Amino acid sequence: MTDVAVPTTRKDWTSDQEVRWCPGCGDYSILAAVQMLMPELGVRRENTVFVSGIGCAARFPYYMNTYGVHCIHGRAPAIATGLAVSRPDLDVWVVTGDGDALSIGGNHLIHALRRNVNLTILLFNNQIYGLTKGQYSPTSEQGKVTKSTPFGSLDTPFDPISVALGAEASFAARTHDMDRKHMQEVFRRAHAHRGTSFVEIYQNCNVFNDGAFEQVTGRDHRAEMLIPLEHGQPIRFGAEGQHGVVMDSDGSLRLVEVADVGEENLLVHDEHRAEPALAFALSRLARGPHEPTPIGVFRDVDRPEYGEAMGRQIVEARQRRGSGDLAELLASGGTWTVG
Amino acid sequence: MRLPRDTTATARGRHTGLVDNLGAAVSVVIPRHTQELDRVVVRFAGDSGDGIQLTGTQFTSVSSVFGNDTATLPDFPAEIRAPAGTLAGVSAFQVQISDHDILTPGDVPNALVAMNPAALRANLELMMPGGTIIVNGDAFDERALEKAGYQSNPLADGSLAAFTVYEVPMTSLTMEVGKEVGVKPRDAERSKNFFALGLVSWLYSRPVEPTIEWIDRRFAGRPQIGEVNTKAFRAGYNFGETAELFESNYQVRPAAAAPGTYTNVTGNTALAWGLIAAAQLAKLPLFLGSYPITPASDILHELSKQKHFGVRTMQAEDEIAGIGAAIGAAFGGALGVTTTSGPGLDLKSESIGLAVALELPLVIVDVQRGGPSTGLPTKTEQSDLLHALYGRHGESPVPVVAASTPSHCFDAAIEAVRIAVTYRTPVILLSDGYLANGTEPWRLPDIESLPEIPVVFATEPNHTDPDGRAVFWPYERDLQTGARPWAVPGTPGLEHRIGGLEKAHGSGSVSYDGANHERMVRERADKVAGVAASIAPVKVDDPDGLGGAELLVLGWGSTFGAIAAGVRRARARGLRVAHAHLVHLNPFPENLAAVLRAYQSVLVPETNLGQLVRLVRAEYLVDARGLAKLQGLPFRAAEIESAIVAAMASHSGPSAGAMFASTTPSAPAVPPNPAVPPNASTPSSTAVPPSTAVPPNASTPSSTRGASNR
Repeated sequence: MTDVAVPTTRKDWTSDQEVRWCPGCGDYSILAAVQMLMPELGVRRENTVFVSGIGCAARFPYYMNTYGVHCIHGRAPAIATGLAVSRPDLDVWVVTGDGDALSIGGNHLIHALRRNVNLTILLFNNQIYGLTKGQYSPTSEQGKVTKSTPFGSLDTPFDPISVALGAEASFAARTHDMDRKHMQEVFRRAHAHRGTSFVEIYQNCNVFNDGAFEQVTGRDHRAEMLIPLEHGQPIRFGAEGQHGVVMDSDGSLRLVEVADVGEENLLVHDEHRAEPALAFALSRLARGPHEPTPIGVFRDVDRPEYGEAMGRQIVEARQRRGSGDLAELLASGGTWTVG
Repeated sequence: MRLPRDTTATARGRHTGLVDNLGAAVSVVIPRHTQELDRVVVRFAGDSGDGIQLTGTQFTSVSSVFGNDTATLPDFPAEIRAPAGTLAGVSAFQVQISDHDILTPGDVPNALVAMNPAALRANLELMMPGGTIIVNGDAFDERALEKAGYQSNPLADGSLAAFTVYEVPMTSLTMEVGKEVGVKPRDAERSKNFFALGLVSWLYSRPVEPTIEWIDRRFAGRPQIGEVNTKAFRAGYNFGETAELFESNYQVRPAAAAPGTYTNVTGNTALAWGLIAAAQLAKLPLFLGSYPITPASDILHELSKQKHFGVRTMQAEDEIAGIGAAIGAAFGGALGVTTTSGPGLDLKSESIGLAVALELPLVIVDVQRGGPSTGLPTKTEQSDLLHALYGRHGESPVPVVAASTPSHCFDAAIEAVRIAVTYRTPVILLSDGYLANGTEPWRLPDIESLPEIPVVFATEPNHTDPDGRAVFWPYERDLQTGARPWAVPGTPGLEHRIGGLEKAHGSGSVSYDGANHERMVRERADKVAGVAASIAPVKVDDPDGLGGAELLVLGWGSTFGAIAAGVRRARARGLRVAHAHLVHLNPFPENLAAVLRAYQSVLVPETNLGQLVRLVRAEYLVDARGLAKLQGLPFRAAEIESAIVAAMASHSGPSAGAMFASTTPSAPAVPPNPAVPPNASTPSSTAVPPSTAVPPNASTPSSTRGASNR
């Protein structure tokens, strides 16, 4: 928003509703990160809308003192699309979860990404169905034992970033609920991007899937297990930056010790590469949140925004034909006169 | 206008040079023997790739411009190109043209134009002895006859003795024309429908120029094809003029119509225009979220063309996204609309329920087709009424409005929008395949006289909290309409959250309180019921005044024309019959109870198993009887007439029970069975199965094949 807003504080962005997530839920820290970020973005509450589907994450809009719609399971991207294309002056955020976005709402997610509607989609990935009390989700690891899969789940999970990139996402990023600064930086970037911004947030469900990301996001593991992506920088990680990523001649990525290959041979991250292959390869680097996992912005490219293009067609039609005249329209099929 | 002046007809050697006789400037040729007719029903039939719909539409258009009243019935298979020459691939277009006000496309064609044996076979049963049949003689070769299932050639075996048959070599004459223009024989052959159009135009004394101008316009980008079409059309016309086959031709004089400017319009076009008009009247931007589906897609097409009206259209990824996007647009302050047909309405049900809870304005257009499931995609039916009223979980009432005729789709769309924005509710607007594709002359409304639809967005807080602060309560209702305020994003101070979870009355906070839930259920129901206060009373066409007739025929939707015509016929027999037609199916007009009780007997014809009849019996405890037809086709006037006759013959006896009779094209409604208790919940036990008198394939050739439409 270019509109200069009156300075606000977190309190201004906090609704009067009691927050009802389970104590200790990762959603609290995401909510705090967003509420604290909003004053920094210089946007107006009345021009901000949060849209959600169904699931624990979907309660999010009730807690934001903005406009909000808590709609039905999986449909938030579709509803937000109608709002965003007819009201390009608004900041529209979609809050969703792994079941909501990738299972029942998979179709709407991929088509929103393909169209590149001006939306910021925050996907809270906790690899479980929390609201329905603990069934496996489309991001749960294979073999997951839950109430609905007592002998282990059979399905291969989705990687949300891979799905988004496959659906032509112009912006795809990952962050996690244990690092407010990182979340805010990613959210800021996502908000600034014109088009559909997709952010996967590793979010801990301490009741039904506690510690799902602990091996990579835990304070003691982060340095060795999270691979920060920074545009234009060699991709390296570890407490001393001693590990790195190289691309082999066949295009596949491999973890290396920097000392073994030399810094100059590390893969340099490029968010803006038109071809999504690099971002996709990075999204496949870890087979799950138990191996070194890239976080940050995978991809950020410019692509025409859908709502703007739709508005332009109207402007062009009016330039060609003038603003519509109803009497002319009704007579456009040919007329005859009686009397 | 380009008129080829040097055209030479090539309809066999002896017809060469006929065009000169006609001359480019002559508009209507009244030849030697011209008989005056008051109305004529023409049915064009051919392969689904033969351009039959185009031919029929143009014949209608010319007739309308000439001043006839017209009513049409396109009747085509679901397959875009079914195997050529088969019964399944037959496409037909029926039109009635008249010198007086008519209401239906006619029961029995006076003339059938059959482009091949399959077209003849599929449509012959509709014809009465003495009717005229014009066939493309070239198409009756052995292979085509075999494909159509003929053991012998009907043109030669005497089986058509009861009809006046004209055998015209349309293909070869058209190919001669093509040779002159220099197009490939295969391309030329495709113009044979224009030859047929020319011939029939001559037969019924239609003016020539409008069709030639139309060909010029339509084929402007492909002048060579345009030229073949024009020449084929002229050759057909001249063939009729000159060939000695035809003893005379016919003239249907213009109908006496109310003064005004007229156009021909299909229901889908009128509906799209009605939405545009309503958006202007409400001063709201129009947003359409839609997914292609037969027979509703043309509304999406038409609105997509009209971007200069500020219309935003989005072809969504599925039916659910279509309505979802419309809900999102409505939250943002647009007029949100979604269009679909039965299967799509199924998919939208959950989202309609959301809109009921959100209490946002939304219009859902359901262009009904034969169901269940994929059913009969290209055939008409009225079987979604109960679905529209009740097809959602929970108590989720929505207003339902139905269009009666193609042009009435315009008014019905405006009415649906008026209710939606005034009461902040989703409204289901019912059309059907017959209205969608059928046309009728429409006297254009005076734009200035269309009533405004006032919309007031909330701009200020509407409540004071215990601390004395002014706050906005999204569910604080308007005392008169029961509508909640429409506060759109961008309005400072009115930030609020709505959603599918039950809301506390007034404040709109999430509430699981039982007493609050009951209150909200009742408030939503009362709001919808309250719409009745704003709608016109149902009109009763009863020459003897309300209650004067012995029988009331109550209809809704596209049965209007057939019922009105059937009632006229019954009156011509001296029967005292009234007709009332509902536009509002939920809530009903306030006077409906009084209207129903004013009559001793009520007959409710519907192209379903008896949905409205069930509603009025339940709502008003009247002994209404149903008349059902489920053949993918509208009622014929004669079917209504015979049902009226049967009903009046029976009700004069002792009180009869409920009856849900099926109709067939030839059989009158079955008399009521007094042994059957008047229990509306067991209609199946009293339903009469379609009699064997139904032609096995009469104009529904696609019904036996899997449909390709989704």
